[in-house]
Parts: sequence; structure tokens; C-alpha cells
Amino acid sequence: MKILIIEDEQEMLKNMQNSLEKEEFVVETAADYREAASKIGVYEYDCILLDISLPDGDGLQILKDLKTKGISDSVIIVSAKDSLDDKIKGLDLGADDYLPKPFHMAELHARINAVLRRNKFEGANTMEIGNVSINIDKHLVNVNKTEISLNRKEYDILMYLATNKGRLVNKSALAEHVWGDYIDQSDNFEFIYSQIKNLRKKLNEHNAEIEIKAIYGIGYKLVNS
Amino acid sequence: MKLLNYTTRYFAIILFVLLSAWAVLFYFEMLDEIYDSMDDGLENQKMLVIRRTKEDNSILEKNEFGDGYYTIRKIEPENIYNIKDNYRDTLMYMHNEEDFEPVRLLESVFQQNGEYYKLKVITSMVEEDDLIEDLLYSLLWLYLGLIISIIILNNIVLKKVWNPFYKLITELKNFNIEKDENIKVQDTSIEEFNLLNKQIQVLLQKSRDSFTGQKQFIENASHELQTPLAISINKLELYIENNNLSESELVQIAPVLNNLERLTRFNKSLLLLSKIENRQFLSEQKLSINSIIQDLVEDFSDFASHKEIELTIDVNGTIDFKMNKDLAIILFTNLIKNAIVHGKSEHLINIEIDKQEVKISNFSNSGALKKEKLFTRFYKISNKNSNGLGLAISKAIADEYDLELEYYFDVKHIFKVEFPKA
Repeated sequence: MKILIIEDEQEMLKNMQNSLEKEEFVVETAADYREAASKIGVYEYDCILLDISLPDGDGLQILKDLKTKGISDSVIIVSAKDSLDDKIKGLDLGADDYLPKPFHMAELHARINAVLRRNKFEGANTMEIGNVSINIDKHLVNVNKTEISLNRKEYDILMYLATNKGRLVNKSALAEHVWGDYIDQSDNFEFIYSQIKNLRKKLNEHNAEIEIKAIYGIGYKLVNS
Repeated sequence: MKLLNYTTRYFAIILFVLLSAWAVLFYFEMLDEIYDSMDDGLENQKMLVIRRTKEDNSILEKNEFGDGYYTIRKIEPENIYNIKDNYRDTLMYMHNEEDFEPVRLLESVFQQNGEYYKLKVITSMVEEDDLIEDLLYSLLWLYLGLIISIIILNNIVLKKVWNPFYKLITELKNFNIEKDENIKVQDTSIEEFNLLNKQIQVLLQKSRDSFTGQKQFIENASHELQTPLAISINKLELYIENNNLSESELVQIAPVLNNLERLTRFNKSLLLLSKIENRQFLSEQKLSINSIIQDLVEDFSDFASHKEIELTIDVNGTIDFKMNKDLAIILFTNLIKNAIVHGKSEHLINIEIDKQEVKISNFSNSGALKKEKLFTRFYKISNKNSNGLGLAISKAIADEYDLELEYYFDVKHIFKVEFPKA
């Protein structure tokens, strides 16, 4: 899988690159509009992460270029502006998702995976980890082919951890993903805690071959047990 | 006290004093003039009577007033101690009034054929008490007339004159610095009011400018903080992932990460507030508030049972309202979550949905909260590491859509959201 990151903030670029390379993506970078435009003209990418505020041009122009050239790379807009206007414009121009800064790497992975799943695998709709299979379309979870009943939030947590399998997921990343972006989330850790507790209980009851490990003070990690 | 009544009151007092003083002066002046002319008349009659005595001696015998207005009596020269004419007031029985009435009397002495006679001439006189009474009544009417004229004048003329002022006050009352609207002032020919209008407009413009400037500053500052925060957090996350750290090392790093996260959340909340206030949530749709609340209750049920709290909904009506969906969810999430976080365990949290309002009530160990501070930014109910913006955000959302968000305490803490009548 090849990913192009178009981002002018050097440190931000390095972070994304490091994190994605760990997932064995091939990562290329562009720091401004010209560099990005030339790369897009030559290579093909599975996913493009696009910061729309670039020093030498409007990032939205890249979307327009892609459209006129008929290139169907997946694009996720990454923006510090977080303005509805940009979001609507971007999605109208054919972007697949919009991720406002600041974001957690776990969230970035989840978004990239979702976009790739949708566009590249024609919506492969199940995810298998050990004896656990998650049906993404139907929001169903089976362990050893028996369905376990999870409520909406429990499903969201499991799905998020599964997408970031083996990675440390920060508890606020989890809280934001599950409970939405805008709420004063300080108390959500308590929510997350109670839901993780329930989720673990249900997984254990069905002898699932995955485990949700707590990482002291920071978050959780889903691992094969 | 209104300016109108204030001036009227002073006019009334001043007029009262002025008119009273004037009445006393006028009374004495008039009386003086009356006496003067009466005395002139009496003197004239005296001369006429004396002239007649020269033609008709018989009237020298007229000792009684009878049907006349004079008496003549012969006196001995040695009794004349005062030859000067003497005017005085006296009483005399009047047949028409059937009472003693005051009369003016002139006593004079004259000489006729070597004899001395004393002549008394009378004329009926003003009844002073009647005069005073009449004068008093006239004055009273005058006074009342003046006061009424002043009141009418004030109410018609002054009201008209002050109209631009009251207009301005009403406009100021309705002025909201958060809404980008100018106040409308009435053009007037009165220089002072024009000056006032102009100065107030300048003042409001300045306030609005500085308000917008401040808003802009908060928004820009929050935006500028986003990227460095994101970089720091991501770097730490990568560091923790890449170096299999021991627990004691994690104990050192976790607080750094958590505090950075806290800062990020705080920053996001500030941005959210700015966005609500700048009306950046444009898309609106007709929402079923009932189903939003149902969903939230379902989402929160785990957490509630974790705190041993039961969440119940009483549905007595349905509410459909046109607003931004994200904001509706944020509004009720904040309220329901607060109720659970501050709620007392083993107690009920009840959500009541009526035709036009939603009431969320919870028990807690604390008494009534400070209503006036509750919805302001950075007010913290307890130390629970909240950033104190949750309720301010809810309030901003409510204000944006003309919803009434109220708090009151009645055994339980009750938050009420009232929807405007369709």
C-alpha cells in the first residue's frame, strides 16, 4: 500500500510517516503544492493525506487536479482549520474523509483503513482476528461463529481497537472516537473504563482469542492472546 | 421618578409658593385701592351734604340714618377735640342681609350759622371675608388650571421632545453585542439628543470591534495551538510505542501525555464555543429530540449502571425541532452526562419529555448550585477534572436556537430545556 502525505509542517509530516511506516505502508511525502502536484502526476497512490493549507497554494487545487486527470486515489483531508466550509468543499471535490487537526495516530489509522477498505477491497466487510470476526456492514461480532451481543458503544470500541491492533491506543483517542469530538471529555475515561470492563467480560465468556490490555495511565492495546 | 413628573412636582411647589405670595400682595393692594376709592366717595358725599344743609336747614335735624346715608347732630364747641375728618370701619345692621355688616364711616365736623354740627356719612363696604373667600377660590382654580396645563404640556410636548431618548433606551435594551446589528436611532432636531445618539453609536461600535477582536483572537490562538499540541502528543505516543517501556517509566510519561490531552480538549472546547458563536454550524434539519435523547440514554446506560444509577425517561409528548444535529447531541450529552457524573449512586436520574420542554433531574449530595454562575465559562461545580466549559457550551447552543436553558433546585437538581412555541 502506497501513501502520499502532503503536509508542510515538518514535524507533523515525520510523525505521520513514522507511524504509517510501522504499519508497513510505503510512505512518500510532499511539503508543498508543487512537489505534490509533480508526484501525483507521475505515481499512483492508494491513499493521499492532504493538508489543505499549503504555503504555495490551496490544497483544494490538488483535489481539482486529481479530478480533472481522472485519478481515483483515495484522499483524506487533514486540516488545522476544522471549518465546515472546507469540509463541505473538500468532500464535494471528491475527498473521502476529513480529519481535523489535532488527531491521534490511532484515529488516522482507523480512517485510512476505512477508506482503503471501502475503495480498494470493494468493501471487504469482515475483519478477522484469531477466532473473532467482525462484520463491518452489519455491526456484528462473532466468536467461534457464535454471535456476541454488544451495544453500540462496545462495538465501536472493539472496532477501533481492532483496526489499531497491536498498537497502543490512547484513551482520549478512544473516548473521542467513541463519544464524538465535541464533548468535554474529561469524564469520558470513566465511561470508557466501564465499557471496556463489560467488553472484556463478554469476550472472556466466549473464550475469544483476543485480549484488551491496559497500558498504565495511557490507554489500551488489543493483542492476540 | 420620571423626569416628566420630577419637573412637574417642582413646578407645582414653586407655583404654590409664588401664587400664595402674589395672592397676599394682591389682596392688600386691592383692599387699599378699594378703601381709597370709598373714602373719596365719602368725602364727596360729605361735601354734597354740607352744601345741601345751606339750602335746606331741615336736614340739620336728621339724627338717624333711616333711609339716608348720613346723620347730622349739633355739638357744643367745647366737645370738639378733633376737627379733622375721621374715617373708620364699623358695623351696622343691614335689613337685606339681616345681619350686622361692616360699613365705612366718615365723621366730620362743620360750622353752619355759627353752630357746630357733627356729620356722619356711611357707605356699605366690601365684606372682607367674602372677598378673601372669592379670591381664594379664584386662586385655587388658577392654580389647578396652571398645574393641569403644565401636566398636559409636559405629557404632550415633553414626551414628544424626549421621544428620541426613550427610543434610544429601548434600542439599547435590546442591543446584543454578540449579534452584529447596529442600533437604530431616531433623527431629531434637538442637538443634545443628536450628540447622545452619535456618541452612543461610536461607543457601541468600539465595543463591538473589541468584542469581535477578542473573539478572533481566541479563535486564532486556539488554531495556532492545535498543530504544536498534535505534534507533541503524536511524538510521545510514538515514543511509548517504539520503546517497550517499563511501568515505572510509563508512570513518568503518562501525566505528560494526559496533560497535553487535557490542553487539547480545552482548546477544542474553546474552538467549539467560538464556532457556535460565529454560527459555523450551518446545516440544520428537523430532528426528533425524543429519539436523540433515547439514543443518548442507551449510550449512557452502561456508565450509569457502573455508577449504580438508574436512568429513566418519561415521555409525555414529542418534540421535533429544526437545528444542527451535532449541536443537539452535544447539548443533551452534556446535560445527561453531568447528571450522571454528579448524580448520587443508588438514586434515579429522570428525563421528562413534554410537549415543549425536556427536564433532566438528578439527586446529589450538594445543595442548590449558583444559578447565575452555572452557565458561565470556567465555572467548576467540583474539582472533577472538567474544564468548566461543558455547561457554557450547552448554554451557547441553547442561545443560538432561542431555547431556554434553566437550572433550578427542588430537592433534586433540575435542568430544563424549553423549546420555543412553533
